[in-house]
Amino acid sequence: MTLLDISNLSLQIGPVQILQDVSLSVAAGEIVAITGESGSGKSMTAFSVMGLLPETAQASGVISLSGTDLLTQSEAQMCALRGQSIGMVFQEPMTALNPVKTIGDQVMETILIHKAMQADEARTRARTLLDRVGLPADRFPLSRYPHELSGGQRQRVVIAMAIALRPKLLIADEPTTALDVTTQAQILELLRDLVREFDMGLMIITHDLAVVADLADRIVVMRHGEVVETGSTQALLHNMQHPYTRMLFAASNHQVNLPAPPAPEPLLEVKGAVRDYALPRQSLFAKPKHFRAVRDVSFTLFRGERLGLVGESGCGKSTLTRAILGLEPLQSGEIRLDGTKISTAQNPEIRRRMQVVFQDPFGSFNPRHRVERLITEPFYALTDPPKGQEREDLIAQTLRAVRLKPEDAQKYVHQFSGGQRQRIAIARALITRPDLILFDEAVSALDVSVRAQVLDLMAELCDSYGLSYLFISHDLSVVRTITDRCLVMQKGEIVEEAPTEEIFDNPQHPYTRALIAAAPQLPDLEQGAA
Amino acid sequence: MTRNLILGSMLSSLVVLAALVSFVWTPFDHTAMNIPAKLQQPNGIHWLGTDHFGRDIFSMIMVGARTSIAVALVAVGIGMGLGIPLGLAAAARKGSWLDELIMRANDLVFAFPSLVIAILITAIFGAGAVNAIVAIGIFNIPVFARITRGAALSLWEREFILAARVAGKGATRISAEHILPNIANLLIVQGTIQFSLGILAEAGLSYVGLGAQPPTPSWGRMLADAQTMVSFAPHLALIPGSAIVITVLGLNLMGDGLRDWLDPKLRLAR
Repeated sequence: MTLLDISNLSLQIGPVQILQDVSLSVAAGEIVAITGESGSGKSMTAFSVMGLLPETAQASGVISLSGTDLLTQSEAQMCALRGQSIGMVFQEPMTALNPVKTIGDQVMETILIHKAMQADEARTRARTLLDRVGLPADRFPLSRYPHELSGGQRQRVVIAMAIALRPKLLIADEPTTALDVTTQAQILELLRDLVREFDMGLMIITHDLAVVADLADRIVVMRHGEVVETGSTQALLHNMQHPYTRMLFAASNHQVNLPAPPAPEPLLEVKGAVRDYALPRQSLFAKPKHFRAVRDVSFTLFRGERLGLVGESGCGKSTLTRAILGLEPLQSGEIRLDGTKISTAQNPEIRRRMQVVFQDPFGSFNPRHRVERLITEPFYALTDPPKGQEREDLIAQTLRAVRLKPEDAQKYVHQFSGGQRQRIAIARALITRPDLILFDEAVSALDVSVRAQVLDLMAELCDSYGLSYLFISHDLSVVRTITDRCLVMQKGEIVEEAPTEEIFDNPQHPYTRALIAAAPQLPDLEQGAA
Repeated sequence: MTRNLILGSMLSSLVVLAALVSFVWTPFDHTAMNIPAKLQQPNGIHWLGTDHFGRDIFSMIMVGARTSIAVALVAVGIGMGLGIPLGLAAAARKGSWLDELIMRANDLVFAFPSLVIAILITAIFGAGAVNAIVAIGIFNIPVFARITRGAALSLWEREFILAARVAGKGATRISAEHILPNIANLLIVQGTIQFSLGILAEAGLSYVGLGAQPPTPSWGRMLADAQTMVSFAPHLALIPGSAIVITVLGLNLMGDGLRDWLDPKLRLAR
């Protein structure tokens, strides 16, 4: 018998149709993955099941959990069900826990709210649960606070809370998106084990098709609030019916063709770079301690080369990026661009020759300026910025180069989608024809289909503009296709450096091997990605 | 547009209108005494009655609005003119000695009860509208400095600011070009609130005789003068009192309304 049965669920918020006739089911002990790009309604489907929709939402259809229609339940009845029959794991483990309560209290809270047992019994249960999710008592006593744990450990606490009362259904909304690959692998493993052990149904929402293929028993593909395709994982992967599903899988594994790099001629030289951060003073007269974010990093980026920098969060790659950009000082070592030393002092010469594209397509523009003004900001570093018609032409030409229209110059940035904004960011980086562009997680926030387009654009620009770039990312599959050579960074040090293909085919350092092994892989599809 | 904003702007513009019209026309000369006509109740000739010297109260209220607005406006101007640049500078150099210096100086000013210090300043440098303005203005500086710094700090972390730094722009230029326009909403709203507080402060200083000096009319001094006669001529106190209440209420409503109206998130929620 199916555990959760959603039939013809439609949802409207104000005038906007969010979901349209969504039907799917989850059986006990089954892992069902709902996947799709942003705006497909996958999270809203989960929220409908949890009864966590906004006040103005109007839902119709049936959501049946073991025979109870959840849509007809009152808020009080839903409160009794949440935690008890349905558990939920959220995306962001940093905000899903209350920072002022201990992890023990938070796990106990779920148990006590439902009056399932006495306090001391609940404490024992909380201990058992934390042991079960891989937080042993000797290292993680109940009295720990969330800030003392890493992201992955926090997500384990969130999972412990969600399974505290052995719910029949567990909903996980992008549970590993905020985590590093090695942590992601462990959390997915944990979820899989828990499903088998407790015979729960798991509804996992994720945009990452590699995760889906790896974990799920069944897949539901959504687009624009509708289910476009559903089926058991193996059957669906090997026989995709809907063009959207095929496009999605093809885009996830998108490969670009980079032109061959020219003969090596050093452009950016980093020698023995060290960056320390002062930690807060421990006592009034003690010298503040330092945290070394970048430890003696040296590498060379050649003209026309596409260099990748891979590492997990906190490895120092962002700090290194900022030091290269001259936004932060180095404690020792030096960075030279074409022989000129980079420092935090304003040097228009350096500024003109180096640009950056950031991750967040929403935060990297002043919302009050038009595109024309946004992309011409780097002109500030030029001694003789183009004026009048010449300026107009350059703007139009650059917008065309990133596949936007010259008319877009008069628009504001909120009128563009995430992918288009990233194109505007690339236009801003290109307009002064810099020698070097730093891409700091530049495609990480984009949907796979948009990401594929942006990667294509970058490959094209390599041809037409002869780009040299440093591509910083945590996403190995992207780095693999878009770079010639690759650096692997761990705890502030470069642990491996080799041509990209070599790194992936024959990793030398144990950390590189662990990274590659942990990254979920899309299965080779003979006919799917056609 | 919210109801608050409409009502608030109507009340505030009424007061501003009264002040503006008083430059070209008042029903009577506000300084002209007419002892035989003293202490009249509101009537057809003297719309709001007369005071103990027989001066027309309506005219005095109109000219008094001028004083109140001028003092509050300049005081807010001083606060914004000095406070905002200080706040921007502190945010741009976060954690430096400059930041510390500015913010600790702010704390120092904040630590004193503002009206008491204003009284001290006017007591030392003499009573008068100009000194009142300076006294009130000084206490507006930390308010704006703090609010500017707080809002600017979060903006400095945003990527579009990093992008501007990569383009080679310095802190001053970034502050003027990127930070200020993005926190203007907040400052305008705070401005209207400080404006109403300025009017109250002016009334308070005038009440104790340290504001605008006679014969320049001021709502606060009208209240003080009415004090002894409140038992037989209550309108002498009620009218300037109501003028203050209406102005402050109008400005506060306008500030609230502006905040809701300028905040895109709240605008969506409606």
